[in-house]
Amino acid sequence: MAKIVRVAGPLVEADGMRGYRMHEVVKVGDEALIGEIIRLEKDIASIQVYEETSGLKPGEPVEGTGRTLSVELGPGILRSIYDGIQRPLDLIQTKSGEYIARGISVPSIDHSKKWKFKPVVKEGDSLVSGDIIGEVQETKIITHKVMVPYGLKGTVENIDDGTFTLDDTVCILKDDSKEHRLQMMHYWPVRKPRPIAEKLDSSVPLVSGQRVFDMFFPIAKGGTAAIPGGFGTGKTVSQHQLAKWVDAEIIIYVGCGERGNEMTEVLEEFPHLKDPKSKLPLMERTCLIANTSNMPVAAREASVYTGITLAEYYRDMGYHTALMADSTSRWAEAMREISGRLEEMPGEEGYPAYLASRLAQFYERTGRVVCLGSDGRIGSTTAIGAVSPPGGDFSEPVTQNTLRVTQVFWALDAKLADRRHFPSINWLTSYSLYSENLKEWFSENVSKEWMSLKNRAMTLLQKESELKEIVQLVGPDALPDRERIILDVSRMLREDFLQQNAFHDVDTFCPLDKQYRMLKVILHFYDRAIVALEGGMEPEEIVALSIVDEIAKMKYIDNDKFTEESEKILTNIDKQLVSNKDGG
Amino acid sequence: MAVKEYKSIIEVAGPLVIVDRVSEIAYGEVVEIRTGRGEIRTGQVLDAMTDKAVVQVFEGTSDLDTKNTTARFLGETMKIPVSVDMLGRIFDGAGRPRDGKGEILPEDRRDINGEPMNPTAREFPREFIQTGISAIDGMNTLVRGQKLPIFSGAGLSHNELAAQIARQAKVRGEKEEFAVVFAAMGITAGEAMFFRKDFERTGAMERIVSFINLADDPTVERIITPRIALTTAEYLAFDKDMHVLVILTDMTNYCEALREISAAREEVPGRRGYPGYLYTDLAMSYERAGRIIGKKGTITQIPILSMPGDDITHPIPDLTGYITEGQIVVTRQLHRKGIYPPIDVLPCLSRLMNQGIGEGRTREDHSSVSNQLYAAYAEGRDLRDLVAVVGEEALTERDKKFLEFAERFEDEFINQGMDEDRTIEDTLSIGWELLSILPERELKRIDPEYIEKYRKKKE
Repeated sequence: MAKIVRVAGPLVEADGMRGYRMHEVVKVGDEALIGEIIRLEKDIASIQVYEETSGLKPGEPVEGTGRTLSVELGPGILRSIYDGIQRPLDLIQTKSGEYIARGISVPSIDHSKKWKFKPVVKEGDSLVSGDIIGEVQETKIITHKVMVPYGLKGTVENIDDGTFTLDDTVCILKDDSKEHRLQMMHYWPVRKPRPIAEKLDSSVPLVSGQRVFDMFFPIAKGGTAAIPGGFGTGKTVSQHQLAKWVDAEIIIYVGCGERGNEMTEVLEEFPHLKDPKSKLPLMERTCLIANTSNMPVAAREASVYTGITLAEYYRDMGYHTALMADSTSRWAEAMREISGRLEEMPGEEGYPAYLASRLAQFYERTGRVVCLGSDGRIGSTTAIGAVSPPGGDFSEPVTQNTLRVTQVFWALDAKLADRRHFPSINWLTSYSLYSENLKEWFSENVSKEWMSLKNRAMTLLQKESELKEIVQLVGPDALPDRERIILDVSRMLREDFLQQNAFHDVDTFCPLDKQYRMLKVILHFYDRAIVALEGGMEPEEIVALSIVDEIAKMKYIDNDKFTEESEKILTNIDKQLVSNKDGG
Repeated sequence: MAVKEYKSIIEVAGPLVIVDRVSEIAYGEVVEIRTGRGEIRTGQVLDAMTDKAVVQVFEGTSDLDTKNTTARFLGETMKIPVSVDMLGRIFDGAGRPRDGKGEILPEDRRDINGEPMNPTAREFPREFIQTGISAIDGMNTLVRGQKLPIFSGAGLSHNELAAQIARQAKVRGEKEEFAVVFAAMGITAGEAMFFRKDFERTGAMERIVSFINLADDPTVERIITPRIALTTAEYLAFDKDMHVLVILTDMTNYCEALREISAAREEVPGRRGYPGYLYTDLAMSYERAGRIIGKKGTITQIPILSMPGDDITHPIPDLTGYITEGQIVVTRQLHRKGIYPPIDVLPCLSRLMNQGIGEGRTREDHSSVSNQLYAAYAEGRDLRDLVAVVGEEALTERDKKFLEFAERFEDEFINQGMDEDRTIEDTLSIGWELLSILPERELKRIDPEYIEKYRKKKE
């Protein structure tokens, strides 16, 4: 029988493990702690244990489960809050109280709950993997599609309409002589990407209602983004804002090695927040995975995989899903910790040599895809990973390796955060490689001017940073009037457009049309200011105009009323900015 | 688990001993080491193998030998006795009485490592704690259940600040049972004396449990000091319904001890020689702050750490900042100017502030006033740099106002007496006073309604 021979922190070695498979899940010790095999050497297996190992002794038994680390997929995932290995935290609480005890075994999804299953195929239909056999209303917003699991096909021999538990057979497929009994749930190994029919290009934006993201550095549905930033730069608030407002249908939020109180905040807030489209609680489309920093480190490593697998599963139903991982650095550190204990040869800064490939594999699981199944439905998985570089230094391995695979880089800046400029995204260093791809969509769906406005604004901001260097040397008085106007308008862009208050009822979400109109107002002000300047107005007079205050308050105007209000502001600009030489 | 005794120590290296020919030793088990002269020390198993165990010895390994020294494995992980009688008492870094008043009568024995609090059982902290210090209350509000560290440097007044917080912290309109758990790791006897005198002077001594590991006490003992302190805090908070403020000082010494053990074990080092698991290890302590749904008591943590070389990117403050809910940064620059507390508000942050302030908690205008003060002070500081290059004459009238604002903000708002206990209203009205230096239209972050209501009109 297999037994423990060594315990060192989260790493356990066991003897008598010949015949066990790499990445197989095992039950470790008398308390049956959950672990995963991460190295095999003759009879000895190294196991990373997903629970605290204090008190574990050499000599205690190790038992295989025959499965690699897997998640349960079926109705009941949404609205759940899981730990890193898909154990519902509320069930753990009923079993062990306020603290998470060890060796607790709870089902990932409720197997006793009865769901109403509505078939969408009939007997005699010929089906392939990924075909939808029926639907379940999982939450008020989301219809869960029950699919033929990967690898199976056949003719429907029998399909039932009615209410069932997850373990009941709802459909029987006959494939030649073989008979497959299908339930509403199945297992999927988390480290294995779920198969798709075809990857598509990314030409539709994932709209977040955050001006700096949507306007300047948009992400596509099925895209990847990295948000690196030192502590206190607003990574978590940005991730929360995205989780709240992006127009994906399903949100998987992974709190990976972060603060307990922050997860509690999400838990308290999400059930009360309304989805802007359906007006139903955001929780109806969300699944949270919370593995706080004081929970076992190995489960932290698994939590990111658990998250992406759940996202892929809903993508396979034809939904647009978005995964927020906060923070991928903690995941990388968990890898480093385990690797160190395995005494593997370290790469950069002690991280394992396979850090880059693991990160790449993870981000490659995203995409806008044609799902398996004969109907050719389209789904997408977007991944947005926060990165916590030590000392806010972006040259460290996790940030660098992440940037090599992600297409959008939202650089958080401590200097901006210190000034309470939020979201503290640095507009000069951030980039989005999707801008070109998404150009058409914005011009068709918002305005033809979208791209040109954005480019003009960006040019002004860039000009500002150059001018600021000059001001540092010679003082603001030395600048010509035109350039002083550029400084004033750039400040307007920064304060009245880029800054967005996540805690303000109106400003927290800014629709695309409003974004476009706001930018249009500011640039119109700029154009008129230049004309007025030529007409003899002084820069001091221009910034003292009441219209400047009106523009500053523009972001707080109700979204519904904004179109009308912005027209008024535009007229006021024309009224106030006149050349006073000709007495206007 | 049974007690087992071995004489088979085969190696003594740094803080570690290796015991051979053992069987069924548990990871994390407590070990009693008896030297040849009969002295007893405590240790803990770091690596449990079938026939060998690596033990870290908290009191150090000098005098141990490989012939006469024995190791008794006690068959359980490390536990400490807890009791409300601990209030008013002083213990050493390993939890043994140090004030000569004898052992306590335990009401319970608790595992010092605790268990992770389930996020679903947590209650989000939102009760404002008034510390009476403007830089904290006004700009980086502390709430009950928060962990807010003080980042400091050698020779700065962080101890005075911590003592002032401990003395003045209160939730307004409430008279509830509070307690302070004070854990000192590797501080000097002088510093320990300072805290003790301060606690005695204010008559708070009987509400305080102290765990003191001095600079000349065993280094490795520091590994368990915060754990013991937090275990005591959890007992007082969640079993005895008290509001507990935990002060941990100096976390840098704790991390040094951790590095020492890691080096002795020849582990692959992370940044600057600190072990790769430093983040996880710190989180295990820091995350033991908070509140639990349905429980009256709370744990608020103020860890103090000195940044080596005043470098905020050093691994210790860096990793701490990633775990705690903000940070209070004390700087040499302000200290030199004679400002107390020398808090530089720009790099400071309280992540839980937004939830703890506003109408019904502090005052309706708090959030916008604080934002405006931040923005104006940041601008003033930028201008100060500019003035250094181009001289003050080159500034516009507007800019001169900001410059004046930054100066007075440091002198009047940040600066205060060590015994000055400002109410939040005092703090806010100083804020408004200073904001009235600026032209009204520069107050972009404040609702016009509040400007009307609170702004001091210049006569």
